[in-house]
Amino acid sequence: MEQPLLELRNVTKDFAIGGGLGLTERKIIRAADNVSFTIPGKKPTILALVGESGSGKSTIARIILGLLEPTSGEILYEGKDVRVWLKRDRKAYRRNVQMIFQDPYGIYNPFYRVDRVLYKAIKKFGLASSGNEANSMVVESMRAMGLRPEDLLGRYPHQLSGGERQRLMLVRMLLIKPKLVVADEAVSMIDVSLRCIFLNNLQDLKDRIKMSCIYITHDLNIAYCVSDDMIVLCHGKIVETGETKPVVKEPLHPYTQNLVSAIPIPDPKKRWKDTVDIGDVTFKELRSEEGCIYSHRCPHVMPICKEENPPLTEVKLGRRAACFLYR
Amino acid sequence: MDPILQVEDLRIYYKSIFGDIESVDGVSFSVNPNEVFGIAGESGCGKSTLVEGVLRLIYPPGYIKSGKILYENKDLLRLGDEELRRLRWKELSYIPQGSMNSLNPVLRVEEQMVDSITAHTDMPKEEARAMSIARLKDVGLPVEVARMYPHELSGGMKQRVIIAMAILLKPSLVVADEPVTALDVVVQKSVLQSIANLRDNYGITVIFVAHDLAAHAEIVDRLVIMYAGKIAEIGSVYDVFEDALHPYSKLLVAAIPSIEKEAVEGIPGLAPSPLNWPLGCRFHPRCPYAMPICSKEEPPLKEVRQGRYAACHLLR
Repeated sequence: MEQPLLELRNVTKDFAIGGGLGLTERKIIRAADNVSFTIPGKKPTILALVGESGSGKSTIARIILGLLEPTSGEILYEGKDVRVWLKRDRKAYRRNVQMIFQDPYGIYNPFYRVDRVLYKAIKKFGLASSGNEANSMVVESMRAMGLRPEDLLGRYPHQLSGGERQRLMLVRMLLIKPKLVVADEAVSMIDVSLRCIFLNNLQDLKDRIKMSCIYITHDLNIAYCVSDDMIVLCHGKIVETGETKPVVKEPLHPYTQNLVSAIPIPDPKKRWKDTVDIGDVTFKELRSEEGCIYSHRCPHVMPICKEENPPLTEVKLGRRAACFLYR
Repeated sequence: MDPILQVEDLRIYYKSIFGDIESVDGVSFSVNPNEVFGIAGESGCGKSTLVEGVLRLIYPPGYIKSGKILYENKDLLRLGDEELRRLRWKELSYIPQGSMNSLNPVLRVEEQMVDSITAHTDMPKEEARAMSIARLKDVGLPVEVARMYPHELSGGMKQRVIIAMAILLKPSLVVADEPVTALDVVVQKSVLQSIANLRDNYGITVIFVAHDLAAHAEIVDRLVIMYAGKIAEIGSVYDVFEDALHPYSKLLVAAIPSIEKEAVEGIPGLAPSPLNWPLGCRFHPRCPYAMPICSKEEPPLKEVRQGRYAACHLLR
């Protein structure tokens, strides 16, 4: 069997809230609950991690990057535990697993020119042997991403639009050539007209440098456009996985069905016909303590759902769902 | 049918050391009673400034250079402060961008609602309280919410409390600026439906500002597409989505990622800076159909077909 690029094995992360000074009750919030998935080693893939806010998407991203320690479970990158990577060969791990953040305004230091994020990367990872080589690498990479170096180099961050700043991050990826990029809501702060340019660039990058990507978003329209595979999270648990197209077109899990039916379709002739159940929305913070986490909102709830936790099982070829409807 | 609101050649500028920033630059449109009127466009195109101007909420360094805002044949720009204050909330109400985060954290929802009522009417407190609860029910919130503090509510619930506050005194016009931005899909759907409800069940006219065209497609009746401080196109939402007249609206509709589409293309180039609008048509540097005239003359907004307006030299 081929070695996966990244493998998460039963990753769980608990956060404790409250309990300060013994005045409030201490509660445990489980942000990631027994999460396991793999990213294949050979074929570069864009994997979308979707779910509502609070579903644990960003927690998983931060665990993969080694910014958070999981409470239990392990993360293997090329077969070795991330903790080992970070201890023994931090630089190699940082080079191979990169991040694109949500806020293109916060990541640049306003006092430095934008070139710095590119040259720093070249220097840090020793990508060029001379200044001239570095310059030509930067220029070439920018051209490859459809940006005009003469317009952007030497500018300060405030002179660039959000779209340009995010695309500059992709240029940085093209220089560093990581094997995996974690992109957390990378286009949510960019204008609509520029979003698809970024997404097309990202897909282009996948083929060009054989880079896999974990794309985190709550926007299923975007996830559908950019990703090959999809993982749907609900309250920290994986409820459904599979190839993006079938997951969105024929969702198996009632939670995914609910999400998909709430996507606004940009066509006034295809308006929603149903209304959202208000109870659904009002008490969304509640999760069932026992049994299936979605059982209190699920329209197909059965007695067993309140008692047992449905395992993630293969329903069809390449499609897995955690739901007792598919036993 | 007489329009409820008519805006004529409105110009709103911001003073700066580089000269005036022409944020809204000659905008005219009218809003019919009992419709959801959408305003869409990229960030920085002047959507928010426009609606703030309509409610006369522009503060220095911004100022309203010229224009008319007729609300039921009264020019809002000529009203005295006291007269305007009496119109606000009772007839015109406003849901500012991000207002769900400005609920007072130390007051119960009910108290904040009662405050707004007593500030604008001389209704007794008990009656005001009953009315607040009724409005919460109108937007589909359970009664218990009235006794809760903002931190006990989810984002969608807070946004609905804000909508309930906006309709407290049964206004005829509600202006909602980006009310569904930063909400989850399911919550977004419920809030959008509450807004459509204002029109369907309470006969309230809504001006709905959002950058997300998919949200417009779900609830809006007529849609304005703005670009660089000007109106590019006005038409029914069906017309704009199906057969946009202006190249910018056409490209913008094509650029929305959707589960109904396999591939999408963005619009190359960048939105221009309001300090330095391009000469002629402001979209010409990004327009695939640009002609020589486009960089010289500014195209006027014209009625191209019945009820459909666009500003483009192609449509002469």
